[in-house]
Amino acid sequence: MIETRGLRKSFGDHVVLDGIDMDVAEGTIFALLGPNGAGKTTMVQVLSTLIDADGGEARVAGHDVFKEPDAVRAAIGVTGQFSAVDNILTGEENLLLMADLHHLSRRAGRKRAAELLERFELSDAARKTPTTYSGGMRRRLDLAMGLVGAPRVIFLDEPTTGLDPRSRRTMWQIIRDLVAGGVTILLTTQYLDEADQLANRIALLDRGKLVAEGTPDELKRRIPGGHISLRFADASGLEAATRILGEGPRDDNELTLQVPTDGSVRALKETLDRLERAAIAVDDVAVHTADLDDVFFALTGHHDTHNNTHLNTQEGAVR
Amino acid sequence: MSSLSSTVQDSVTMLRRDVKHSIRFPMMTISGLAVPIIMLALFNYVFGGALGAVLGGVAHGGSYTNYLAPAILVITVGSGCASTAISVVMDMNAGIIARFRTMAISRASVLNGQVLGSLIRTMLTIGLVLGVALLMGFRPTTDPVAWLAALGLIALFTLAITWMGVMFGLVGKSPAGANSLAQLFLLLAFTSTAFVSTASMAGWVRYFAQYQPFTPVMETLRGLLLGTPIGNNAMLAVAWCLGLTLVGYLGARAIYNRNTIASNPTPLL
Repeated sequence: MIETRGLRKSFGDHVVLDGIDMDVAEGTIFALLGPNGAGKTTMVQVLSTLIDADGGEARVAGHDVFKEPDAVRAAIGVTGQFSAVDNILTGEENLLLMADLHHLSRRAGRKRAAELLERFELSDAARKTPTTYSGGMRRRLDLAMGLVGAPRVIFLDEPTTGLDPRSRRTMWQIIRDLVAGGVTILLTTQYLDEADQLANRIALLDRGKLVAEGTPDELKRRIPGGHISLRFADASGLEAATRILGEGPRDDNELTLQVPTDGSVRALKETLDRLERAAIAVDDVAVHTADLDDVFFALTGHHDTHNNTHLNTQEGAVR
Repeated sequence: MSSLSSTVQDSVTMLRRDVKHSIRFPMMTISGLAVPIIMLALFNYVFGGALGAVLGGVAHGGSYTNYLAPAILVITVGSGCASTAISVVMDMNAGIIARFRTMAISRASVLNGQVLGSLIRTMLTIGLVLGVALLMGFRPTTDPVAWLAALGLIALFTLAITWMGVMFGLVGKSPAGANSLAQLFLLLAFTSTAFVSTASMAGWVRYFAQYQPFTPVMETLRGLLLGTPIGNNAMLAVAWCLGLTLVGYLGARAIYNRNTIASNPTPLL
């Protein structure tokens, strides 16, 4: 549904996309994971026909992005950092504006707007302008506006950046419902858990290059970050535990053993249950879940150095 | 749907949006109205006596109020340039334009909506300023053909000024920048025959004042409304209007369609 070959883009001397090959299958969620400045937004801007690339090929919904931009535009919906709502119009008027631009009849437009307001829990705020909305409501309106034309491909550029945890969960559920309806979604995010929660496949974007790609499980297997660290009372406990749980990084001086985990409570409980059944005393347990920094360190050999710019970008996105 | 009817339909949608903006955010329209009316009062009641004496009265269509009013109408149109520029730049910075660019809509419709909206706003303002001028003693002709021609010229000049305003808005990048460009352009109105005739000006200024865009439009308007001689001003006025419209339109379109993000890696905020 989305296909790129050797996609390149520079801003002046700064190479932002350095030959991207990517395939997104129909009806799936594909997450582009990376820190700020990795090129995620640029990727979305190119694929949504907002800016030209310098080289390479890109097809979306069966159309060449550079040769048939209008056919691509007719098939996509875009939501994210750079798209926005009209702050002077009410929520409902914003949706009706989109309906008019999709050449829906008055009746069909009103019906569609009412449906979307209802679905995204914005009915009560329909007659208010987005300046009075919370961050989550604005994002939902933004997404709803992208859905008026019933797009087959949806680009979500950091859909939950700057949202509180509850709004984030709501947005995740909306995204799952969308893909259940058959659309294809390209999602960019800087949160590993978000990509893990939502995506069928994840690609890791770093300095304009895709450094890794696969299912969440495939990627996690390549990340040594997620583990349970167990400390035992004595060396015999450590020995016994190693026999039961298998070899892992262990420290005989500190009497610790690291066991890989997916970070879930169930995995932790299972591990502890197995030790308890063998009557091995555990002095201390620590759970370390893999975060984006682990992923980067594991796959690129350097830490994400862009995190300090994070807040500024969020302000820009919310405005 | 053919691309022309789709352009018309999308432009009307964008016009509706622009009209809603004007209604909910009327400060711009109000200041566009207040400035010409204040100028009208200022020049009529404060400087009018002195300037009118310089002009020598009847030769220029009777009272100084009569001389002044057509110029104020032209300046009203000119002030519209700044408000158009500011409203365009605010719109461009709001991010919704980025959304429009990713939609299968007529590209021209976004700017067309702005221009049509400004055109309506300015013409309404002209009507109100004209009313105030009549109250202050402006006594124009009652010939309907002359009036029709005068309104046609004002509309044509408004179209030219509005497209220039759209271009300034796109070049300006910030409300302050857009406003400065528009104000610089508006300075031309003060080196025109708005307040005094060219007879009292120094040599090269007189030449400049005679041929810059505002003077021919003002002189033609005076001719139509007061019966003063028009000469080649009508031709010059129409030529300036068409020329400025073309420059503003082509300039605005080129900038709008240009890859604006290339020069600025920060996404459109």
